[in-house]
Amino acid sequence: MSNFETVIGLEVHVELKTKTKAFCGCANQFGAEPNTNTCPICLGHPGVLPILNHEAVDYAIKAALALNCEISRETKFDRKNYFYPDNPKAYQISQFDQPIGRNGYIEIELDGEKKRIGVHRLHLEEDAGKLNHLEDGSGSLVDFNRVGTPLIEIVSEADMRDPHEAYLYLEKLKAIMQYIDVSDVKMEEGSLRCDANISIRPFGQTTFGTKTELKNLNSFTFVEKGLAYEEKRQEKVLLSGGEVVQETRRYNDATKATTVMRGKEGSEDYRYFPEPDIIKLKIDQEWIDRIEAEIPELPDSRQKRYVEEFGLPEYDAMVLTQAKTMSDFFQDAVAEGADAKLVSNWLMGDVSAYLNSKYKTIDQVPMTAKGLAKLVQLIEKGTISSKIAKKVFKDLIEKGGDPEEIVKAKGLVQISDEGALREMLAPILEANKQSMIDYKNGKDRALGFLVGQVMKQTHGKANPKMVNKIILEEIDKL
Amino acid sequence: MPLFEEGLVSLSQKLHSKEIKASDLVDEAFTRIHDVDGDVQAFLTLNEEAAREEAKAIDENGSAEDAILSGMPIGIKDNMVTKGLKTTCASHILENYDPLYDATVVEKVKAQKAITIGKLNMDEFAMGSSTETSSFAITKNPWDLERVPGGSSGGSAAAVAAGEVLFALGTDTGGSIRQPSAFCGVVGMKPTYGRVSRYGLVAFASSLDQAGPITRTVEDNAYLLETISGLDRHDSTSADLAVPHYAAALTGDIKGLRVAVPKEYLGEGIDELVKANIRAAIKQLESLGAVVDEVSLPHSKYAVPAYYIIASSEASANLARFDGVRYGVRAETNDLIDMYNKSRSEGFGDEVKRRIMLGTFALSSGYYDAYYKKAQQVRTLIKQDFEKVFKDHDIIVGPTTPTTAFKIGENIDDPLTMYANDLLTIPVNLAGIPAISLPCGLADGLPVGLQMIGRPFGEETLYRAAHAYEQTAGFTLTPAKGAMNK
Repeated sequence: MSNFETVIGLEVHVELKTKTKAFCGCANQFGAEPNTNTCPICLGHPGVLPILNHEAVDYAIKAALALNCEISRETKFDRKNYFYPDNPKAYQISQFDQPIGRNGYIEIELDGEKKRIGVHRLHLEEDAGKLNHLEDGSGSLVDFNRVGTPLIEIVSEADMRDPHEAYLYLEKLKAIMQYIDVSDVKMEEGSLRCDANISIRPFGQTTFGTKTELKNLNSFTFVEKGLAYEEKRQEKVLLSGGEVVQETRRYNDATKATTVMRGKEGSEDYRYFPEPDIIKLKIDQEWIDRIEAEIPELPDSRQKRYVEEFGLPEYDAMVLTQAKTMSDFFQDAVAEGADAKLVSNWLMGDVSAYLNSKYKTIDQVPMTAKGLAKLVQLIEKGTISSKIAKKVFKDLIEKGGDPEEIVKAKGLVQISDEGALREMLAPILEANKQSMIDYKNGKDRALGFLVGQVMKQTHGKANPKMVNKIILEEIDKL
Repeated sequence: MPLFEEGLVSLSQKLHSKEIKASDLVDEAFTRIHDVDGDVQAFLTLNEEAAREEAKAIDENGSAEDAILSGMPIGIKDNMVTKGLKTTCASHILENYDPLYDATVVEKVKAQKAITIGKLNMDEFAMGSSTETSSFAITKNPWDLERVPGGSSGGSAAAVAAGEVLFALGTDTGGSIRQPSAFCGVVGMKPTYGRVSRYGLVAFASSLDQAGPITRTVEDNAYLLETISGLDRHDSTSADLAVPHYAAALTGDIKGLRVAVPKEYLGEGIDELVKANIRAAIKQLESLGAVVDEVSLPHSKYAVPAYYIIASSEASANLARFDGVRYGVRAETNDLIDMYNKSRSEGFGDEVKRRIMLGTFALSSGYYDAYYKKAQQVRTLIKQDFEKVFKDHDIIVGPTTPTTAFKIGENIDDPLTMYANDLLTIPVNLAGIPAISLPCGLADGLPVGLQMIGRPFGEETLYRAAHAYEQTAGFTLTPAKGAMNK
């Protein structure tokens, strides 16, 4: 057990999926041909002025409310000055001292305990363009499609005490953004980005230790791994009598280590000052109420409801509500009349396994909630066995359609007619008489062998319960 | 008599009745430019071919009756972007820049079919009071070619005074319309902040910049302002207020007009001959029925330093985009930081660099409160000074400048003296209110400018007062052709 307490804070950037950019009319769209979604305004040509996109403000307010923030009634924009080729005005329009949201929180669940992680502030700003460095080192190309797209920056309090808490915070934050539908929150497309600050201190000390900032964290797992590495590294430094240096470090997953990116001396003075081109923004109660009314049920509330209403275990409820698409799918399947626990088992088991193997989400496969509900019901009714169900499921998730039709088309209906089963079993049992005798003589395993033989020869269609019953009756007759 | 001396209303009527042609007006402009601009050097870029074609089209198709500016030759300050017509801000860094769009003010005069004659010289990025900081040429004062035309809209004022265009557009951040208008003996209006769209003006100090007309007469000025004013969806600081028909305010009647004369505006540092002219003008206003009062604007003495902090701070951010990456001049090197440093070091002139450094310093962490924030507080006090006076006065009157036009080279190496030249115009920009400068006589043969300052969106009152004065002043200021030896 370490003698040090870890202190972690996160800065998360979330790209808002508004129709147009934050300050001009260009489309806000990922993946277009380079420099096609641009205009003199986002290219920072002489004489242009920004016009604030109110949809972006709506989204920022929505995100702030969903993170339990207080909303600033009067807010403004500021210029953050720095030179870089992806920043055409050489300043970024951001918010310095009057963020749209303040003092919120996100609730995470750790070993069954709930913990609140504070959200220090949430502000609206514009994104930069993207530099593509030529492989031969002869230069860099700039794609300005992304420049000016609206971002919210969400700064947590330094409330996390363990890298895994950071992971859980990010998972929950992502879920909330998905539920309120303000962002695609895809780390791989850059619509969610995270920087992490970490320091350690002896237990009992109230002041923070010197922190380092981690960048280049391309997945939630990397955030956790990078922080875990950094936690150990800082501890080693302190235990060997050294001092942690305030610096920015890059996490490299190939080496599973962090390396220095730049020291504190390199930290810039951004010379923030109020953006004179945008008038002060007043957010009245009516505006807040309108946005509040648009916020759907959030994951925490759904999770609670799944336990209370459907009797799901806490764990199932938590897993199912992590992604809105999954949670919606679950609710739709249950609404079709399927048993909630059985649906949950399928979603957390075979469905998740399939999705993970294909790197897909539930809304990207042809299977519908109605389809899964029907499959579950066919098992419940005994129309198909669980074993057959697995075969049907493979078809269902890959091609979609109606499980009942799949069952019929493939002739997979379970044989539960006793007369027919006895007729089918007779020759099989005759051929395996020795096993029947073995069972009678106390060799329990023999029964399993016999059932297996039957299932094999009936291609799994025989009702296993009834097969069991018939075999035992026949053995008794020996 | 040159056509331009007749004024807009008369020319428009004559054009409409086909007594004159638009081509005659454009001819007069280019003939005059040909004759005198070698000396005056008001223009940076001429638009001759397009201008002659536009005139021809108007002559063939007729001018629209509701478009009073139709066919009228106009000059555009070179910090207003013009699509397809080079816009340099008189800076090397933009010497090859062809804009992708028209500034809103340019669009508005084009919509009325005014004819753009060319782009006018200015101090580099509008930073200066003499047009000497232009990267390309020093414009001369048509009244005395050894003297500056003022600045930064020196090209605009000189071109109007020299009869090269009927009128021109300028911009005013700290006096850049009014001071050159005063030096060149023409009429210049700095409208209320927000009256005219800033979209397409290459920003110098965003919270102070405002475009306005420079004309030979108050009436022409009123028409041109009406054309360029109004709410613009491209500029969220533009005012959502109806645009008056300003010419209707020119009644000649100023009986009972309450005029305030700030004692600071006729105090120390103001040339005696200038003062004498202003006092005579005030007497004239009184004789027309105005009621004159002495008042005080106690914080105006802090205006110049506050202005140089605020304007330079904003400029340091506004001019940062000129980095050689996307447009403008780029120094070829293999290193990014080098490219920035070289492009900007070679592209900008001394005065621009001075202000970028000043602004960068004022915004720096640790200095922000002492400089930028303090300057903004001073700005509030200056605004309050005006509000107090306007509680019981309609306009404020004083000189536009402390002196008449100074000699070329006289102040260029002494920034503080140069900056002090704007002490009477700067408070108006800080307060965001309108002010007009109009000629009120000569001092040693050089024009003196009378400044009238109004309430926010009180341009009508200013025009009424300025027009009443202009009509009864009893002298006409003709461009000093003699000085140009042509």
